[in-house]
Amino acid sequence: MTKKILIVDDEQNIVISLEFLMKREGFDVLVANDGDEAVRRIRAEQPDLVLLDVMMPKKSGFEVCQEIKADPKTQATCILMLTAKGRDTEVAKGLALGADAYMTKPFSTRELVARVRSLLGMEA
Amino acid sequence: MSPRARLTLATIAVPLFLLLTLAAVGGILWVDLSAEERDAFAGLLAPRVGLMFVFVALAASCAIAAVRQLHRSYVAMPARLAEEARVLLSTGAARPVGVAGSPEVRALVETINALAEHRRSLEDDVAERIRAAMNSVEEEKNRLAALMSELTQSVIVCNLEGRVLLYNGHARQQFRALSEAPAAAGGGELLGLGRSIYTVFDRALVDHALETVRHRLLRGIQAVTHFVTTTRSGQLLRVQMAPVLSGGEGGVVAGGREVSGFILLLDNITRNFETESRRDQMLHTLTEGNRAALANVRAAAEMLDYADLQEELRERFRKVIRDEVQAMSQLLDRTATEFADSLKARWPLEEMLGADLVAAAQRRIEQVVSLPTKLEEVDEHLWLKVDSFSLLQALTYLAHRLSDEFEVREVRFRLLSNGRLVHLDMIWSGQAMSTETVMSWELEAMQFAGESSPLSVRDVIERHDGEMWMEREKVRHRAFFRITLPAAVPQVALEAPACPAGEGRPEYYDFDLFSWSERSRALDDRPLAELAYTVFDTETTGLNPSQGDEIIQIGAVRIVNGKLLRGEAFEQLIDPGRPLDPESVKVHGITADMLAGRPAIATVLPAFHAFAADTVLVAHNAAFDMRFLQLKEAATGLRFDQPVLDTLLLSAVIHPNQESHRLEAIADLLGVEVVGRHTAVGDALVTAEVFLALVPLLAAKGIVTLRQAREAAEQSYYARVRY
Repeated sequence: MTKKILIVDDEQNIVISLEFLMKREGFDVLVANDGDEAVRRIRAEQPDLVLLDVMMPKKSGFEVCQEIKADPKTQATCILMLTAKGRDTEVAKGLALGADAYMTKPFSTRELVARVRSLLGMEA
Repeated sequence: MSPRARLTLATIAVPLFLLLTLAAVGGILWVDLSAEERDAFAGLLAPRVGLMFVFVALAASCAIAAVRQLHRSYVAMPARLAEEARVLLSTGAARPVGVAGSPEVRALVETINALAEHRRSLEDDVAERIRAAMNSVEEEKNRLAALMSELTQSVIVCNLEGRVLLYNGHARQQFRALSEAPAAAGGGELLGLGRSIYTVFDRALVDHALETVRHRLLRGIQAVTHFVTTTRSGQLLRVQMAPVLSGGEGGVVAGGREVSGFILLLDNITRNFETESRRDQMLHTLTEGNRAALANVRAAAEMLDYADLQEELRERFRKVIRDEVQAMSQLLDRTATEFADSLKARWPLEEMLGADLVAAAQRRIEQVVSLPTKLEEVDEHLWLKVDSFSLLQALTYLAHRLSDEFEVREVRFRLLSNGRLVHLDMIWSGQAMSTETVMSWELEAMQFAGESSPLSVRDVIERHDGEMWMEREKVRHRAFFRITLPAAVPQVALEAPACPAGEGRPEYYDFDLFSWSERSRALDDRPLAELAYTVFDTETTGLNPSQGDEIIQIGAVRIVNGKLLRGEAFEQLIDPGRPLDPESVKVHGITADMLAGRPAIATVLPAFHAFAADTVLVAHNAAFDMRFLQLKEAATGLRFDQPVLDTLLLSAVIHPNQESHRLEAIADLLGVEVVGRHTAVGDALVTAEVFLALVPLLAAKGIVTLRQAREAAEQSYYARVRY
């Protein structure tokens, strides 16, 4: 069965690349442009994995992550945080709030794909 | 028995004894003689009885005279000498005891005089030594005060209770800048001798710092600590604290020396802090701020690697890259411009008026190189950020080489603004040298005319984050070196501390306050001589506050530790918001014009309240001034509830029989010179002098404490009439 991936970012310039990349890897791709929309779509569409940006309007990635991981219905969703905040403390915060993995921008798309596949239990 | 009684007794006893002796001799002879012999003797004597009496009387008078003479020289004279000697003993008068009387007495007198002389010279010697010692102490104090006043850092010394014992002019200026009050108080309501430092700094903060200092002392580490604090006006101060150690033995703290106070060195780091945070912000913009953009570019670039990409998508990825890179370039430009100041080298550059730098360069070049200089256009308002020593050295070095190698006869200076930069030009007439020559001058270490620096001109220019080049003005057949230097924000010249005319150094220190202890006794039981006072006076629109008359001027001075602090005065004109009574204008000479645009009482009173905090209020006819202040309590919410002393009533206590207790009359009686009356601060000064003169007079009447003074004043005749 095709895995479903939700891309959450307010910057179209990264969404376009990620969308292309994930589709090319054969995933079902959904897009959300802010935190509120992200929570709604996760609840509605139950994606297998979320690529979650931290800095977003309305609701930050940290808040989205916390909300999803606190709700038993959605907590199984894999969350991979993508962020421009590179400090150790922010990585620690993301992981503490329940993110499954954390990548600092700029990242290599190849590595991103590898992380996504391993988080979804697929072969690299 | 008094000498006179003894004399009387002797005058009677001696002739009596003479007569008795004669009578006894006569009697014995008479009894021994036979009857015929008695007849013969009587026959012989009878015609000579008169003569005999005359001789006897003569002998008696001689005896009396002798007795008197003896008395004069051996009783009366020594008694008088003793009195004179006693005067000499008790008064130490210079007049010696008069030399008279018998040789023995005279010898005694001379000895007494010699002793007195000896004692006087000893006393003079002691007095001279004391004076010399006091002079040297005074000199040391003055030297310290002079040193402090020259320091460019703010210094405040406090005793353990946080009372200010010393501050320098710089601290005064800094506090003036921190003060929220109108200019009147000049920060004096925050910083003043005997004032508490805790009005500025949180007590807990200072206590904590003091505790740290004590711990460090105990552990034998350098006992200095720092803290940073914000003031009420939002300024950031970095404070360094060092202890003042008492010289005494047996203290509880390390080395047997106790902490008896502390020194605070203050730096206003508000501006530094702003620079630092701007630098941080810039770093943040350039790092974190670029991460997202880089991620977009990288992802898009990596997508382009896929060979199976459709042309339309490929174009979209390319556009992403172009857009992002362009945005990043703009961000970089913006940041570089905006934060140019923060990017400057960390070399400590001082801010200097450009014209001053040029003048210094002229002096140095004329002195060191003996090359005449002239000024062309110099913008007098430009401020630079420079390391003046190395920059002057570089300019002198260039002038030296011009004169030495190209026989330049004169250099001229030009200083012009160019945006954020300042152009400093050194111009000369004649030929221009090759670029290679200029380059070599720039790069060689500056060694000339006995000066030897490891730095090159290039190093100096780089230190200023500047550039230097040579330009030719072909038409005028001349050339110049142009040096670009960073411009600085113009500084407001720090005013010299206000110092009343005719006064010497302002009273910035009082080490006697070290012995002040936060008396557990209530204010009322403390001696008048050791209290702090705010002596004030007001000028008003009229005499009836309840009918709307208002204060138009408040003047006040402080008395701390029995000293009048002329340097810490408060003087402020106030716009009363109502017309002046023409009668009152005649008294104080303040016209409506002078009050236009002055602050209202609502802004002045809080400053005066702070100025008078922790002190006893003193005024002449205080009831009048207090009435005006009290009527404002409701409006301002400020209560002047400290004790009040009235010089009028105190004077009535001392001189109950004087007719007038007007300020002039009392001042005259007490020998206080009256200057500048009927300005609020002038009257306050006279009142303060009068008060200081009254304190010892009150003490002589047994009125020592504040309570006693208040009670005595209440009972005085005037008080009873008045209230």
